[in-house]
Amino acid sequence: MPLLSVRNLRTRFATDRGVVRAVNGVSFDLEEGEILGLVGESGSGKSVTALSIMRLVPEPPGKVTADSMSLEGTELLKLSEAEVREFRGSRMAMIFQDPMRSLNPVLTIGRQIVEVLHRHQKLEGAAARRRAIELLETVGIPMAEKRLAAYPHQFSGGMRQRVMIAIALSCNPRLLIADEATTALDVTIQAQIIDLVKRLTRDRGTSVIWISHDLGVVAGLCDKVNVMYAGNVVESGPIRELFHRPSHGYTLGLMGSTPRVDGTPMRRLTPIEGVPPNLIDPIKLCPFLPRCRVSVPACQVQPPERRDFGAGHWAACLADLTPGRAP
Amino acid sequence: MAVPNRISSPRFAGSIVLAARQFPRHRAAMIGLVCLVLICLISALAPYVAPYDPIQIKLSAKLKPPSFEHWMGTDHFGRDVLSRLLWGGRTSLGVGLLVVGFAFVLGVPLGLISGYFGGKVDNLIMRLVDALLTFPPLLLAVALVGLLGPDIQNVMLALGIVQAPVLARMVRGSTLAVREDLYVMAARALGAGPGRIVLSHLLRNVMSPIVVQLTIVFAAAVVAEASLSFLGFGTQPPNPSWGRDMSEARRFLGDAPWMFMAPTGAIMLCVLSINFMGDGLRDALDPRAWRTRRTVAAGERR
Repeated sequence: MPLLSVRNLRTRFATDRGVVRAVNGVSFDLEEGEILGLVGESGSGKSVTALSIMRLVPEPPGKVTADSMSLEGTELLKLSEAEVREFRGSRMAMIFQDPMRSLNPVLTIGRQIVEVLHRHQKLEGAAARRRAIELLETVGIPMAEKRLAAYPHQFSGGMRQRVMIAIALSCNPRLLIADEATTALDVTIQAQIIDLVKRLTRDRGTSVIWISHDLGVVAGLCDKVNVMYAGNVVESGPIRELFHRPSHGYTLGLMGSTPRVDGTPMRRLTPIEGVPPNLIDPIKLCPFLPRCRVSVPACQVQPPERRDFGAGHWAACLADLTPGRAP
Repeated sequence: MAVPNRISSPRFAGSIVLAARQFPRHRAAMIGLVCLVLICLISALAPYVAPYDPIQIKLSAKLKPPSFEHWMGTDHFGRDVLSRLLWGGRTSLGVGLLVVGFAFVLGVPLGLISGYFGGKVDNLIMRLVDALLTFPPLLLAVALVGLLGPDIQNVMLALGIVQAPVLARMVRGSTLAVREDLYVMAARALGAGPGRIVLSHLLRNVMSPIVVQLTIVFAAAVVAEASLSFLGFGTQPPNPSWGRDMSEARRFLGDAPWMFMAPTGAIMLCVLSINFMGDGLRDALDPRAWRTRRTVAAGERR
């Protein structure tokens, strides 16, 4: 049984101008210890998918439905608010994009770690402090003991993200969701944080959903990728298959607009023209059609169907993008 | 692993202790604190330090200017102004502090609840607050005191009720702003419930404006008590209170300015001290405004 199983997840937001379908029927499985990348441009529904899993979408105006969304066999959507609070932090945890803002500026680091330890493991006093120091040392913060009394503004961005990771992993969650966790950091720090996450989650067998729009980061970190567009997963597969054989017009576009530093001769970056569709309007055909460079006549008449390429690699695309035949 | 017992050393001091360490670094705030403590002390000790009985009438000595006998002169009944000042401080400071207390206890929870939960709760609380705010504050206080009976305790309660909505509205505004901060979402993602978020995350972050507002409430309360006493509610003659004496002294402003200057000066000194103290408190409560970053310095030295 997969650790996390999501079937037909739909998240809608009621607005004055209509219902926005931010996530529109997303399904995927996440195995124990697996790292899943969620890529796509802004507004493609990556973050909303994450927030829906964490049950952090404000309702109203949001509305989350799914045929099934289970973590270790527990239906997340059937839990009461109090029950889901028990889950958050202990079974599933989330870290956010901006480490500058995701720690409370007026509380000491120590207090913020101890708070979570107390909440989920009933650790108190010296025991909680000892554990907090241990955690800070695990994520590579020097002088951990003294740093407990420091405030977030006394830390650099990378350090704060380390603290966030320490807090998120403090109660050994089974699932860690990282929403653009390294986007706000510079490249060297980014690499350190990625290594850290890789090491810690491997050690503990934690499954990770890594949300990013940086294909390079995803390629280096993840086992599997879901490419999202307009609230749908348009292509999914193991990292090697997907990067060697992108099979959706959008994935192809994403790769064409990403610079490569692996020795491949430089070529012009091709931006994806146009803008994503308005998610209020109903979408019948392929949502990427208006911007697609590889569309075939069939795209104009029927919605895309899912095509499997083996090894868990599939794409919802009608064009045949087999290498050599791609335009 | 080597975790010595020094963990429990003051290095891991609570934020309150750290804030308390920070406070003395703010010079004006310390001056304010010292003044306020002195004022409170001599008011509390009025029965022992006041040279005369504050309500003893001695018409032969009325409207005397300051002298060695009467340091601050006498009023129109020949009562010693200094003695009345000391005794009056008990009333005025008491009113000020209790009104601040009432306003805090009533206003802050309402504002936090309203701001954090929003929706119907917010609507209900804020309409109530709006209703209270439509009255001119003094009129509302008069109405409440009229309802409860002219008694100094009732004045305090009434002024507290009058000030609470102002505070509630301000706290709600600050809460609304802070509520959307990412760390609130982050705390929720780690399993924090509404109680914890409101008490340990939001309250601490809206504390600075609350403290500043409370110093204003204090000043307003001292003056409002004066107005109510002047209207015959609150402190009843011949009992002294700064506000009462000040309003009485207005009639003799030309002939006996000392009568006016004593309580006015006392109120001013008091409010000023509290404002200074408020500034210091605000800074001490906000780690980002701290001057010396002792912990970091200690951390980076080695």
